[in-house]
Formats: sequence, structure tokens, C-alpha cells
Amino acid sequence: MVEGVLNSNFIDINLLNALYLIFVGFVGGLVSGFIGSGGAFILTPSMMSLGVPGLVAVASNMCHKFPKALVGAIKRAKFGQVDLKLGLIMGASAEAGVMFGAQIQEYIKKTWGNAGSSLYVSLAFVVILSIVGTYVLWDAFKSKNQEIPSGEFEKPDNKIIRFIHSIRIPGTMVYFPSIGKEISVLLTIPLGFATGMLAATIAVGGFIGVPSMIYILGAPALKASATELVIAFVMGAGGSFKYAWSGFVDVRLSMLILLGSLFGVQLGAIGTTYVKDYMIKFVMGTIMLIVLVSRGLMIPVYLHQLDVWFHLTPEVIKWLKILSFAINFTALLTGCLIVLGALIKGIRKEKAYLRKEALYMAEERKF
Amino acid sequence: MERAISKPKPYKKFLIFGILSVTLYYLLITHQELVKEFCSKGKYYAFFPIITAFIFSFVHGNFTDAFWSVLGVEPKKKRREVK
Repeated sequence: MVEGVLNSNFIDINLLNALYLIFVGFVGGLVSGFIGSGGAFILTPSMMSLGVPGLVAVASNMCHKFPKALVGAIKRAKFGQVDLKLGLIMGASAEAGVMFGAQIQEYIKKTWGNAGSSLYVSLAFVVILSIVGTYVLWDAFKSKNQEIPSGEFEKPDNKIIRFIHSIRIPGTMVYFPSIGKEISVLLTIPLGFATGMLAATIAVGGFIGVPSMIYILGAPALKASATELVIAFVMGAGGSFKYAWSGFVDVRLSMLILLGSLFGVQLGAIGTTYVKDYMIKFVMGTIMLIVLVSRGLMIPVYLHQLDVWFHLTPEVIKWLKILSFAINFTALLTGCLIVLGALIKGIRKEKAYLRKEALYMAEERKF
Repeated sequence: MERAISKPKPYKKFLIFGILSVTLYYLLITHQELVKEFCSKGKYYAFFPIITAFIFSFVHGNFTDAFWSVLGVEPKKKRREVK
């Protein structure tokens, strides 16, 4: 683990840091392209483990993410997975959420400094990851047992979805192709706003964006994760500019992460065409819960730095930091292995199929 | 099907964007102090990281796209199930 420069927003980047950031970016991108909601939930904590203050980590992460989200969105639009209308409408309210969330972040940084900012970001991670991670994982196991015919998109269904679909507010109803139903735009506003606010807080709006599109609006998981890339682009561009305006974006961090990330995001997006819907949920839930533990371990350290409640010995602080870093690294490897494993298996199956088909055609031509 | 398998690989795109991408990253790493200064200034300097992000994304995005195609990693083709 490399300590950051104290009293500064921007850390020194040496070769080791740079290589670590590129690797982190690759895994983040891989997971990002695969599950749609930015692998940023890996990237923000990983940057923080290098000593980058929470706010700078979120801002730099957001800045690398929005152009990448554009690349991912275009790619997945080609696979027919993006609902542009839903993405742009949710993106607009997400933009408002980002501006509000950024204001809170900057206030915390100004009042309580870097430790306060990092504590706020970590607490947000722990709360969100424990709720969303558990639910997504539970849902992944549930959908695994209900096999869906290949090539079909899963149509989610629950009481909330049926209720949302039944609400009709004249003049606000819009038809969303991914959902296949008309939904009032007004109902998407709180979801978009919350997505944006979370994005400004931890640089991952997708934690709210994707599950809310699946479990509240009723969009299929693959389409929801692809549409989230449109939202991420819209709110990411606005949020990054807001943070850059206050001088919190370290573009060196952003671009080093982007270096690995773009290799990963393309591979992850290709991976989605080879796997079933539940697999995406499974990856998402598993990584979320591992990152949760890593961030949770750092909370006493930040509380100690703020001189409230916890008073730890330097030895304990050192071990907590190492343990948090190691668990975070485990999350990176787990994500990497699951996605790459699914991809390699899928490609092998596809190649075997193509060989079989070519052979069949050659046989047919003989007769 | 044979035509689909032997689709020409984008070597030219891979080379051009590869060289451009390496150049951009070289410039970024060798001018760290200047980059740090521009990023911390804020206000209208905010355009610096945003434009930088777009340029890098375009160049490096094209490079990585070509990279996987050159390696032969492609998305699964849509088709009817044939047993």
C-alpha cells in the first residue's frame, strides 16, 4: 500500500501506483461493461486505498467514467440493449441529483477535511452495498432456479412493478420500449434524482439506477444495465464539470484508470452477449458484499482521524488499512475471474457451435 | 458462415490509435506537474480535465476496440438456435 501525500488533494504517482491504477481500471471496466452500473464501486475505494481523499476519488472516478459510459452505451446500443428514451429521461433528473449531492460533498470536505470526506463516502458505501448487494444476490439465486429460454429477455414482475404500471397521470405518460409499457415520467424523477445523488456521493449511481429500473419500473436486467450507461454519461459529464470547477478532479488518476478500464469495458460488454441474465446479478451482488467489508473496516480509522469516538493504536490502524486493501483486492480478483470465466466458456461454446455448423454446411454441399 | 469467420481484422485502426494512445499517455506522465496545476486551478480550467477525458476516451477507446477484434474476441452473433 502506498501512502498519499498528506495535506494535498493530489497524490504523487510513481510506477507502482500507476500500474496498480491501470489494473484496478481494467477490473473496474470489465465489471462495468458486464453489469452496466459502473465498476466505480471498485474504483473509488481502490483509489482511496492509495491515499486519495474521498472527494477527489469520487470526482476523478466520475471524470473517467462518463466518456467510458458513452463508449459502452454505443456498443451495447448495437446489441439492441439500450432504451435511449428511458436513459435520457432518467439522466435529466439524475443531473439534478448530482448537483445536489456534489454540494453536500463539497460542504463536508470544507467543514471536516479529507478524513470527513472519506468517512462520508465509506459510510455511504456500507449502507448502500449492504442493502443492494444482499437483495441482488438473493434475486440472482432466485432467477437461477427459473431458467429463461436462451435469447429471451427476462421480464421482471412483482407487486411494485404492477402498481407502478397501473398508475396513470394524464399528460405525463411515456412509452418505454425496454419495459414495453407506458409509465408516468413523474415516477422516474425520484429514481433519477436518487441515482444522481448517489453518483455524486460514491461515483456509482448504478446501484440505484439499475435495480430501480429492474425492480420498480420493470425493465429486463440486461436492458436496464445498458440503459444505465446513458444515465451515467449524462450525469457523469455534468458532475465531473461541477467537481472540476472546484479543482477536485485529478485527471492523471482518471486517465490511468481509463487506460485499463477501456480494455475491460469492451471485453465486459462482449461478455454480456454470452451469459444469462442471472449471471450478471450474481457478479454484481458478490462484488458488492466483498467491497462492503473492505470499506467497513476503514470506518474506525476515519473516526480516529477525526478524533471522535474511536482511538486506535498506530499498529491497529496499519492492520486495518492492510486488511481493507487486501479485501478490496479480493473483490477485484473475484469480479475479474467470474467475468473472464463466463466469457471464455461462452466463446468456446460459440466456436464449437460455429465449427459444427461449418461442418454441417460442408456436408450438405457434398450432396 | 466462412465469410463471417474470416472477417478482416482492423490492423490499421489498431496501429494508428495504438501509437496515438501511447503518445497521449507519454505526454500525460511526463508533464504531471503541469497537469496537476491545471486540475487544481478550478473555474474555467475545468474544461481541461473534461476535454482531456474526451480525447483520451476517443483515441484509447478506438484502440482497445481494435485490440480485442485483432485478438479475435467478438460478441456472440444473434441467430436462431440450430441443434
